[in-house]
Amino acid sequence: MPESTAVVFEPGAGDPRFWRDGAIATTAFMLLVLLLLTVDSLRVLTEGGGGNVPAYTVINQKITYEFDAASNMDKPVIGGEELLFGHRYSEAEAKAIMDKGKLVIQSRSCINCHAFFGNGAYYAPDLTKAWLDPTWEKMWMPMTQAKTREDAMVQFLMHPDRYPTWARQMPNLNLSEEEARAVTAYLKWISSVQTNGFPAGFGRREVAR
Amino acid sequence: MNQSKKLGVQYLTASIVMMGALLLFGLLASIFYLKYGFLLGKLDFNIVKQVHINALIIACLWGFMGAIYWFLPDELGIETVGIGLARLLFWVFVAAVAVVVVVFIFVQYGSSDESGMWLVNQGRKYVEAPRWAAVGIVAVFLTLAYNIFASVAKARKVTGIMGVLMTTMIPLIAVYLIAFPAPTNMSVDLYWWWWLVHMWVEATWELMIGCILALALMKLLGTSRKVVEIWLYLEVALVLGTGILGLGHHYFWIGTPQYWLSIGGIFSALEPLPLLGMVVHAIYDAGKHQMKTHNKPAFLWLIAEAFGNFIGAGIWGFMMTLPQINLYSHGTQWTVSHGHFAFYGAYITGIIAVAYMVAQESRGIREVQGNAWKWAFAGLNIGMVGMVGALLVSGMSEAFIGRALGGSTLDGFMASQSNSWFMQGMIARTGFGVIIVASYFILAWDLLTLGRRSEKLSPALATT
Repeated sequence: MPESTAVVFEPGAGDPRFWRDGAIATTAFMLLVLLLLTVDSLRVLTEGGGGNVPAYTVINQKITYEFDAASNMDKPVIGGEELLFGHRYSEAEAKAIMDKGKLVIQSRSCINCHAFFGNGAYYAPDLTKAWLDPTWEKMWMPMTQAKTREDAMVQFLMHPDRYPTWARQMPNLNLSEEEARAVTAYLKWISSVQTNGFPAGFGRREVAR
Repeated sequence: MNQSKKLGVQYLTASIVMMGALLLFGLLASIFYLKYGFLLGKLDFNIVKQVHINALIIACLWGFMGAIYWFLPDELGIETVGIGLARLLFWVFVAAVAVVVVVFIFVQYGSSDESGMWLVNQGRKYVEAPRWAAVGIVAVFLTLAYNIFASVAKARKVTGIMGVLMTTMIPLIAVYLIAFPAPTNMSVDLYWWWWLVHMWVEATWELMIGCILALALMKLLGTSRKVVEIWLYLEVALVLGTGILGLGHHYFWIGTPQYWLSIGGIFSALEPLPLLGMVVHAIYDAGKHQMKTHNKPAFLWLIAEAFGNFIGAGIWGFMMTLPQINLYSHGTQWTVSHGHFAFYGAYITGIIAVAYMVAQESRGIREVQGNAWKWAFAGLNIGMVGMVGALLVSGMSEAFIGRALGGSTLDGFMASQSNSWFMQGMIARTGFGVIIVASYFILAWDLLTLGRRSEKLSPALATT
């Protein structure tokens, strides 16, 4: 051990109190600001609280994503009735299917390939607006011979290995039909969240290959 | 050597071993980008990635704990209180991690109900560990906090560094409790989840490694306590002053109010400041002591930490954090580039520096010698800079093609993934990954055999 470490420190002696007090004051102030902002943010984030996150029963309605010139960003637009699986979900039913959907998403570790709101992994597409993806109608409905977007999604989620298309293939995660429906409902709900314009230009652009 | 120092050696050894798992699973994960259908249905990308990032968290935590148990007796002048319990929990911790990894690899997926969350996989990024294991982690943290607080009480001496370290124990435990619930509302879930991830990685851990490196600097260079403590307090003020509201850069797109765009943008632009301060501090001290040290590798890894933290966490983070850019860069390989550079620069380098100091002192080596450490140092740093550079190329092409041009649809994403610029970055990333893994083995061998090889040994030094 180098000799210089033998310096003995007496408590209190030479303690740079000025800097310590500054650090404590800064931290306390910032924490206070964060707490106030958190109270406001949670109000905006609560489902059906009138903020950015619609109630779970939004799955009974039509959802689109459109550019809003006034705020210069893309925003979800909630339209008239558009039932999911031909069923009108009550508040309790909607809550139950969302709870299930979230647990399926966690149990299959979806976010270690996919992302929600850009958080997760980047091996597979971000699912924030997956419900609104034009590809379901253009490609997957004919391929799965499903009559609706949600049925195509259920077919795909239950048997992704039957449809090896793009540069990546999704493994079969053994989802039951109930689980696949719950995930589909969850994806419909999450597409209705107002996300300050993320992702930008979704569904309005075509990339040349 | 007293019990606390022995435990420090154990945790640091475990940390270095865990880095091996981290790197092997990282290399494996990179192959998925190159080979279609790689291990599909056997060991899928998400499982490999999950082991990779959990190994990172555990390697960092074990490294910090090793350093703390190692330095504690020096700082307080007494054997750590409650060290028997801590030594027992080390083995429990190691066994629990082994069980979790085996379950991740062989069971992979649990049922979509509470039992799946408790027993198999919670499926929330970084906190995938099932709840039973998370309970164990809380127990280990509580023991660590007890060891520190009780030892300080017994020694009747609160140094500035110990004061900061004791304070970090509070957020370390408090925000970890967010690992337990699973709110259905993803926006609310992520709001709190970022308290855990950001407040650990960009605040609590920065201060923990700050304390550890402050202790290391005093030992390694003989920097005076007063200088080190003033810097540490300044760092606390700047890290928390910018970092607490810097949380805002994670609140751009999850459904949060729009004011977070401004708050997150401004405060995360300031976040590099404390990291720049640490570079100045390290260079100033090194110059003042004319770079004289008996442990060159530790010293150089310390300098690598200062620069790595500033560039990897600070510059690389700032580059993609302003909301106007983040709208396109967020959630692409650009993020991956920043993530790798930041964790390596801020934490892995610091832990390696401490590991060299501990190897030297615990084996009574007067002067660290040999060439192996130079190869490891060069290989790891060149490999890492090359890898994050390659990821940046892939990330930028992904942001431009998949996001800006493709509008983030499934088709846009896939177009970006098969683009040749993206693929070139991915190939280069794997190549540099091989360099990193090879250099890691040199590092591990060097640390393991330091002072035990046929080099000149000096008589044991004071503490042993």
